[in-house]
Amino acid sequence: MNELIYFFNYVVVAGSVTGCIYAMGAVGVTLIYSILRFAHFAHADMMTLGTFVVLLLTMLFPHAGDALGLPTAIVMLPIGMVFTSLVAVGIDRAFYQPLRAHKVKPIVMVIASLGVTLMLQGLIRLFAGTGAQSLYVDARKEIFRIDIPGVTRPIILTEPQIILFVVTIVAVVGLHLFLTRARLGKAMRAMSDNPDLARASGINTQLIVTLTWVIAGGLATIAGTLLSLDVAFKPDLSFFLLLPIFAAAIVGGVGHPLGAIAGGFLVGFAETLAVFNWSVLLRPIRDSLPSWIELPNNLAIVGTEYKIVVPFFILVAVLIWRPTGIFKGKVI
Amino acid sequence: MNDSDSTSQPRRSTPQPSQNASQHRRDAPALARPTLPLRELVLFGGLAVIVLGVFSMMGPAYATRMLVEASCYAILALGLTIQWGYAGQFNAGIMGFVALGGFSATFFSIPVNHAFWQSDLPARLGWVLLAIIAVVAIVFAITRLDRIGVPKLLRTILAVVAGLIGYLVVVSWLRSVTGDIESQVEFIGGLGLPVWLGWIVGGALAGGIGYVIGHICLGLRSDYLVIATLGIAEIIKAFLKNSDWLTRGTATISPLPWPVPTPGDVGFLSARAFYLAVTVVMIAVIFFLLHRAYHAPWGRMIRAIRDNEVSAAAMGKSINRRRQEIFVFGCILMGVGGAALTSFNGIFDPQGYLPLNHTFLVLVMVILGGPGNNLGTLFGAVLVYVIWIMSGPLALALMHLVTALGGDWFGWQPGNLDSRALQARVFVIGLLILMVLRFAPRGLIPEKVAQHD
Repeated sequence: MNELIYFFNYVVVAGSVTGCIYAMGAVGVTLIYSILRFAHFAHADMMTLGTFVVLLLTMLFPHAGDALGLPTAIVMLPIGMVFTSLVAVGIDRAFYQPLRAHKVKPIVMVIASLGVTLMLQGLIRLFAGTGAQSLYVDARKEIFRIDIPGVTRPIILTEPQIILFVVTIVAVVGLHLFLTRARLGKAMRAMSDNPDLARASGINTQLIVTLTWVIAGGLATIAGTLLSLDVAFKPDLSFFLLLPIFAAAIVGGVGHPLGAIAGGFLVGFAETLAVFNWSVLLRPIRDSLPSWIELPNNLAIVGTEYKIVVPFFILVAVLIWRPTGIFKGKVI
Repeated sequence: MNDSDSTSQPRRSTPQPSQNASQHRRDAPALARPTLPLRELVLFGGLAVIVLGVFSMMGPAYATRMLVEASCYAILALGLTIQWGYAGQFNAGIMGFVALGGFSATFFSIPVNHAFWQSDLPARLGWVLLAIIAVVAIVFAITRLDRIGVPKLLRTILAVVAGLIGYLVVVSWLRSVTGDIESQVEFIGGLGLPVWLGWIVGGALAGGIGYVIGHICLGLRSDYLVIATLGIAEIIKAFLKNSDWLTRGTATISPLPWPVPTPGDVGFLSARAFYLAVTVVMIAVIFFLLHRAYHAPWGRMIRAIRDNEVSAAAMGKSINRRRQEIFVFGCILMGVGGAALTSFNGIFDPQGYLPLNHTFLVLVMVILGGPGNNLGTLFGAVLVYVIWIMSGPLALALMHLVTALGGDWFGWQPGNLDSRALQARVFVIGLLILMVLRFAPRGLIPEKVAQHD
């Protein structure tokens, strides 16, 4: 039983946390892709930017959350979302829109987004430095231990993890309702299906583009903040987040928000399972194994330092066998 | 770049808005009088003045070092210009290929570690390598079981299970051997062979990785290639950084031998000048070959595919084969350039390979100089590198000024100014990429697109 609890703590919980983060990142990437038709590489840095804004606000008002009984960062999250959305729209107006107006190839947009990545990275690290910082300023992370009768090891959940699960569910359900019920959401889907037809039928495409950036910026801020709340704010995380997020978006089928969520959890769990040391689970049956099998101490599929191989492997496998993704995205 | 992409397709049939039209007008006289390349002369003259300025201000030894590094970067930039400029494939993982080339140069040239070769470790390592080959062979054989009528699902399951078990066995075996290597002899050392052999093999290694990546991605959307190259670069770096038994990891390897007399024998200036001679000869050879290839039927075919894939396919050109070729060629150049750069630096430090220095700087060189134009790429490489090197002290001075003001006005007191000054340069590089894409998409010395009316 102890081993199962260990498995729960280190795989189920950790995998869900990573999955939630990747899912929200991948939804943003996939939405931008389906509306604007290019892979937005600056997404991970938009996450960092949003988190950084939240961190600054938290440092300014460290006790704002006490009244509500929530971490201050959560209270500051909406402000950070608004700010990041505005920045995202501003970046679009300043850099992407002129290129779109020139009708450049998508790959040029990709290079432009790499330029935006560097700008954001440089700007954030210029002010934040490169060290890790905790989002709990003047506060303590609450840790819940749930004891199960008959087992020595408790189930461990932290406050940010619970908040993360709740917020993810709310965000995903909200986004789904928005895309399927609201007028603007339907217009968004129409534009992702066929931009020319959408424009011809009187949809304000400019408004849709703006809306896409607002949603993507908001989701990026949520994902980045909750990730940093759980671990710490690391300004140089972006290239390591980028690959899993894109792998998730492609696995789910590019341009397919629900697929991106599934892909996010798939990649998140795959990563966690790959670095998990399986010999822990085999320990109870070690004595009953035949003597010629010698269990090594470390049965992890890849070491933690090679974690980034996992999303890459998934990406390659999907590109080889099913380039449209599991949910049949629109475009290869 | 984007303009040159659209040159061949819509321009003649549909009159596009003013921008394309003006571009057309600008092209026409340039082709009518090809005798006086005024733009090139002025730009290269200006570059020569800048370089001479560096020579007089910083001393010849420093300036020669800068030129050697710039010439190594020029090889990288030529690699990217054939991928991006000739064929429209964008490679965001130059860093990985550079690191691979650097590793190969290091591994071939540093002295042999006799302690390793006299122990039983080489034999054990050899057995592990054999086991890896055996596992691959078994998995491959299982995928071929359809010849005796095994159904597809069963085949897949068997292959996955066999692969997983084989992988776990081999990896735990490898871990024990590499652990012993690290504890007994530190690392496996080098081969003690001439440096240039390492450079060639570095190019070949990079080309091999490029072949695999290209094979997977080139038939798909161009964005996927960017993601995959970005990923492979990080993986190569992680591998080199964490394989202490192979590369000493973060402990770094130095000094690295040079293909020419080292500073210890003939002094800094002459040694660097010899090295510069080697790299310049390499560039000249590469430049000549690229020039011939560009104007050959093969080059025309490559550009036809870039500019209008559908019609090139309709003409019976094998698009994916050509893309594959060009991607591998570019990667080979990056491997060779990276090997030359690492040898010159004299230290192999896997953590020293940064996306900024080894990917995005090269990107700026190419798009600023003129993608698809070899001369423009060379110009861009030297210019951007000189600016990059010179901007270091400038950014630091600027940071001191800003923090002094910031401290006075807002009480902002950041530490570690060096790294922050570097970040300011990151910002400028990003802004530069966006500005070039927006205002000079064809670079300072644009590709000359021949028009036959």
